[in-house]
Amino acid sequence: MKNIIECKDIKKTYGSGGTEVVVLRGITFSIREGEFVAIMGPSGSGKSTLMHILGALDTPTSGEYFLDGKDVSKLSEDELADIRREKIGFVFQSFNLLPRTSVLRNVSLPLIYANMPKEDREVIAAKALTDAAFPEAFWSYHSNQISGGMMQRVAIARSLVNNPALILADEPTGNLDSKTGEIVLHTFQALNMQHGKTIVLITHESYVAQHADRIIHILDGNIVTDEKNPKKLVARNEKNIPNDNT
Amino acid sequence: MTTRDLFEETYGAVTVNKVRSGLTMLGIVIGIASVIALVAVGQGTQSSIQSSIASLGANLIMVTPGAQRTFGSNVRGAAGGSETLTPSDAAAIESVSNVAAVAPEISGRYQVIYKTNNTNTTVLGTTAAYEQVRNTSIDTGSFITDTDNANSNRIAVIGPTVLQALFAPSADASATPAMAIGNTIKIKGIQFTVVGVTVAKGGSGFNNQDDMIYVPLGAAQHYLLGSSAYLTEVDVEAATQDSMAQVQADITTLLLGDHKIADPTKADFTVLNQASIVSTASSVTSTFTTLLAAIAAISLLVGGIGIMNMMLTTVTERTREIGLRKAIGAKKTDITTQFLAESVMLTFTGGVAGVALGWLAAVLISSFAGIATSVSVPYIFLAFGVSAAIGIIFGYYPARRAAGLNPIEALRYE
Repeated sequence: MKNIIECKDIKKTYGSGGTEVVVLRGITFSIREGEFVAIMGPSGSGKSTLMHILGALDTPTSGEYFLDGKDVSKLSEDELADIRREKIGFVFQSFNLLPRTSVLRNVSLPLIYANMPKEDREVIAAKALTDAAFPEAFWSYHSNQISGGMMQRVAIARSLVNNPALILADEPTGNLDSKTGEIVLHTFQALNMQHGKTIVLITHESYVAQHADRIIHILDGNIVTDEKNPKKLVARNEKNIPNDNT
Repeated sequence: MTTRDLFEETYGAVTVNKVRSGLTMLGIVIGIASVIALVAVGQGTQSSIQSSIASLGANLIMVTPGAQRTFGSNVRGAAGGSETLTPSDAAAIESVSNVAAVAPEISGRYQVIYKTNNTNTTVLGTTAAYEQVRNTSIDTGSFITDTDNANSNRIAVIGPTVLQALFAPSADASATPAMAIGNTIKIKGIQFTVVGVTVAKGGSGFNNQDDMIYVPLGAAQHYLLGSSAYLTEVDVEAATQDSMAQVQADITTLLLGDHKIADPTKADFTVLNQASIVSTASSVTSTFTTLLAAIAAISLLVGGIGIMNMMLTTVTERTREIGLRKAIGAKKTDITTQFLAESVMLTFTGGVAGVALGWLAAVLISSFAGIATSVSVPYIFLAFGVSAAIGIIFGYYPARRAAGLNPIEALRYE
């Protein structure tokens, strides 16, 4: 199994001179293809900054970051955009779907920037929605007409359409109640186990982190622990997906 | 992003908030419509003035009594007030080379009576050449002939306005030329027989060639104005357009010699050619058109600022969407293009609606206010171009602002 993520002594500082704030103090780790990793830490620990670097939204001040074998630590803004389009699927805490736009169109949005024809986009988006266990009856609904749990599944489907090397989920259950959160976690586990997707989940809740194969703890910009999760929880899959407004 | 996707995304974004897009577009609609309508009024006025001057006659040179107006001189003899041109001047002008025809004129205003109808109109004494020189056409009957002139026959050719004033059977029935031919009218109490009616030329005010009675020059001198009457004008037709300058110069030299005037600036007559009248009138009306267009352009500018305002609001509102688009791989140029496309779509649609509205306004202005309008095709294309340009100019700053957003901050934006 090749390494999808390889971080070597990543440091990140904001500001300069007297007001300099060091957020990451030298992070080194790697993630292999097909792993389900949770990055845990309290707020202020630097996990969000790490996520931005892993997601090619930002570059480290120093250190090297290889994503799928490619050094992305010193790329320009537009080159980073290409990397994100080709290699990364994002799932955000607040879903970030386009309002008043159909589920299908939301899911196929990343492919627009890959200049893919509409017919091909919709085939791929339909498959992604099926993989994310999103019921077909709601495909033509507008994204603001469905419940929070459903919205997060749309977001997961959207993260799948470009067939990314890495799915990066930032507090994906943060805006959901425990029951719908469970369904979302189940979806991630299914994607990881059945489709072999590499997933990095960023969270501050240890219950959520327990669903991953491996947990990395971050505190004050350093990795404190990085170990296999011996007591991995398996999320329950509710047969009936509730369409309530959570 | 393909063009089709760009169009779909843009259409979706513009139609999401229909009321706001519509109101913003309204600024451009009004701006473009006012440019189209006001320029149409300006150009219509210009072309109607030019055509009424052109209808005076082809290659026309007018010699009038009174001093030439020159720079530095504030004194000018009232037109027709000076008595310097004589029939012998007119005869002398005929010998100038490249002169096709010469029509001397004397005129006065008289009360004209037919049975119980009467009207006050201009009576013009002239010769047969007038018909050719002044581009006058006869509807029914005939114009003054050389024989009429030689014999000072008491015959009259009347304009259509005079025809209606004297021969209309009742207030709401109009007269036909046949009702007039052969009948006798009284001008200043003297009987003249109507032999012809001219075709309506249009025109208004003091230049109305329809409200006129033409009589032989000899008859006018003999019966109306007195045999020693001076000419009020001599109309000369040059043989060709190119010879006009030469004819004008030769007439000036000839008359200066005949009138024994050494200093051309003290000439007691004025030689005007039609082209110079047209160019003077054109420069006045084109200034007028420019002024109207400038006023309309201000409203277009205000519309453009409205677009910019809305686009800035949109960018702020959609900060998270921009963040997301960047996170899933949109480049700066993708975001810039998308927001520019939105503002151009707004202004271009506004431009199309504005052209239609402006055209409609121009048609309504001509039909209700009676002002001639002419919607010019180049201005329509210009209006489309300007509206698209406004979209680009006023959309550029908001689009750059959107494209420059940091994706991390944009995603976090509340």
